[in-house]
Amino acid sequence: MMDALGEPQAVLVLGGSSEIALATVRALPQARLRRVVLAGRPSPALDEAVAALTAAGVGGVESVAFDARDTASHDSVINGVFDAGDIDVVLLAFGVLGDQAEAEANPDEAVEMATVNYTGAVSAGLRVAARLRGQGHGTLVVLSSVAGDRARRSNFIYGSTKAGLDAFAQGLGDALHGSGARVLVVRPGFVRTRMTTGLPEAPMTVDPDDVAGIIVGALRKGRETVYAPGPLRLVMTGLKAVPRPLFRKLPI
Amino acid sequence: MTASPLAPSPGEELLFGWGHTAPSAAVVTHPVSVAEVQRAVAEAGPRGVLARGLGRSYGDAAQSGGATVLRLDGMNRVHLDPQHHEVTVGAGVSLDDLLRIVVPAGYFVPVTPGTRMITVGGAISADVHGKNHHVEGTFGSHVSRMVLVDGTGQQRVLDQQSTPDEFWATVGGMGLTGVIVEATFDLIPITSSLISVDTDRTVDLDDLMNRMIEGDDSYRYSVAWVDSVHPSGRGVLTRGDHAPAGWLPEKVRSEPLAYGAKALATVPPVFPSGLVNPLTMRLFNEAWFRKAPKSKRGELQSIATFFHPLDIAHEWNRGYGPAGFLQYQFAVPDSAGHLVGETLGRLRAIGAVSPVTVLKRFGAANPGPLSFPQPGWTLAIDVPTGVDGLAATLDSLDEEVLAVGGRLYLAKDSRMSPQMMAASYPRLAEWQRVRDAMDPKHVFTSDLARRLSL
Repeated sequence: MMDALGEPQAVLVLGGSSEIALATVRALPQARLRRVVLAGRPSPALDEAVAALTAAGVGGVESVAFDARDTASHDSVINGVFDAGDIDVVLLAFGVLGDQAEAEANPDEAVEMATVNYTGAVSAGLRVAARLRGQGHGTLVVLSSVAGDRARRSNFIYGSTKAGLDAFAQGLGDALHGSGARVLVVRPGFVRTRMTTGLPEAPMTVDPDDVAGIIVGALRKGRETVYAPGPLRLVMTGLKAVPRPLFRKLPI
Repeated sequence: MTASPLAPSPGEELLFGWGHTAPSAAVVTHPVSVAEVQRAVAEAGPRGVLARGLGRSYGDAAQSGGATVLRLDGMNRVHLDPQHHEVTVGAGVSLDDLLRIVVPAGYFVPVTPGTRMITVGGAISADVHGKNHHVEGTFGSHVSRMVLVDGTGQQRVLDQQSTPDEFWATVGGMGLTGVIVEATFDLIPITSSLISVDTDRTVDLDDLMNRMIEGDDSYRYSVAWVDSVHPSGRGVLTRGDHAPAGWLPEKVRSEPLAYGAKALATVPPVFPSGLVNPLTMRLFNEAWFRKAPKSKRGELQSIATFFHPLDIAHEWNRGYGPAGFLQYQFAVPDSAGHLVGETLGRLRAIGAVSPVTVLKRFGAANPGPLSFPQPGWTLAIDVPTGVDGLAATLDSLDEEVLAVGGRLYLAKDSRMSPQMMAASYPRLAEWQRVRDAMDPKHVFTSDLARRLSL
């Protein structure tokens, strides 16, 4: 149970080796945390994530095998986690960035991005929502992206998967309104992670810890949508207003 | 068409405690008979069942996410037995309603907390105390008999003699042993509805605590308000007893038992956030202190003024704004009286100042394994939850409370750790054994029970 001071007892991370999610777990108040489930594809990275959180003093860290692509398995994985006890915060943090040019050349690559980022998230998100709704409390944090705010020539395939995810998450939040369960949509800009290594940094680039701090603050305030960093909200509002003939020529 | 599994169910409500902090949704129903309560227990889903009174517990004691929450407001029958000075009531009756019936008949409830907006079922489940605890104990200790629906759906009659384990596990059991549907308890015979009150302003905390140690035994009712802002810990001590009809002035002597408690105002729902801040609290505490006479003897006050000053404003908890608040209330032995001043000082240091800070001496404990009061001091202090550093400060105070053999009040708690709970209530395991026998499948549960691993 989340207590009166916003301290959670149990957290589930879908995409258990996500750097933003792990930074968020570390940034959450720790005093009452007794169960952290990292759900992800079995890998050295996932084992390292369990070890690193445990070493950082986070209590009750465990991992469970979860693959966003394998939607047929989502029921048993997610229900298994919830059957063992209420979850206060779920971080839906899996996703792939992919390579735009390669995805344009090889549509199977694009399908892979859509499958993980959108289809997998819809499958997992609905199942999590049903369980949060059933327990009458809890927040699903969905890691969307500013890339979904408006599709850009340079990465519209990834952007479209995030646009779909973002629309889904907003609708899910509205569906859950009044049920005790909530959805927080997080729209980070460029974040320095493994996923973006080697890419040129955009203006307003942040670190996973910055995003984590913003997520924890938004959870405490009960926000529904948050940008990371916050001023990106204004930037994206401006970009969305740019006419298409001009927008497609912008070097972004 | 398939019904949406995400849409709210009929009767579903978002439930809060009085502190308005961590809500959860549950389906609220209003059974009007024991049979309907039994049916609710028999048909309980995986999230269980919980009875809720008037929601005056500050934290998550009377809410249970996903559960069926029973409001017994329809089970409010009152049967007064003047011959034995006792009353038998449906558990959903409020002390407010009960007082309107029994006071004009020449009786007062055996125990009332600082609000009369609680149900009898809630009073037993939280084993509430009042200003007379040092003399007359908790509400539960005045109950001679109760009827309860246990976790198997069975109706059971509990009393102190033939079912002491079940009785005392239910007193203070936070609704987790069953649904109390009826209770019989004794009443205090009175000849007037007024209280004769002695008031003393005290210069500092030592002065206050010394006067309480020396003088409380000669009063039936005693409580102190403490200025949480002023570093001296000055306060106002009010003590008294029911005034005999003969003490009443001529003009009201014809109707000595007249009783007309009313709530004067509702605090508006959109209350400016941050109304409770260090500046307003300094002004409020200063005014509250000055309003009290330096020393006054035998002032006649109404029941509402003396016992329920907070009920004057309906839903006053909204004054803390949407962020909510909590109340920290501990009981510590006499030998740890220094924790009173230390707690006030440490909360003051982080800017956690409160209009409602209450100090009281407790008398003997009762046999309830989870009953809160124990001999010594109890301090209750309201704190807005937005104060920086509050969580760590309270955790550190918890350790000090635990170290001296003290504990926190479950009806007020909204943030202690399960470890603190188990360590400060050493008879928890004993209580759990009785609960497991009364409710083998743990049909009765609450957010508090989940949070504290009860």
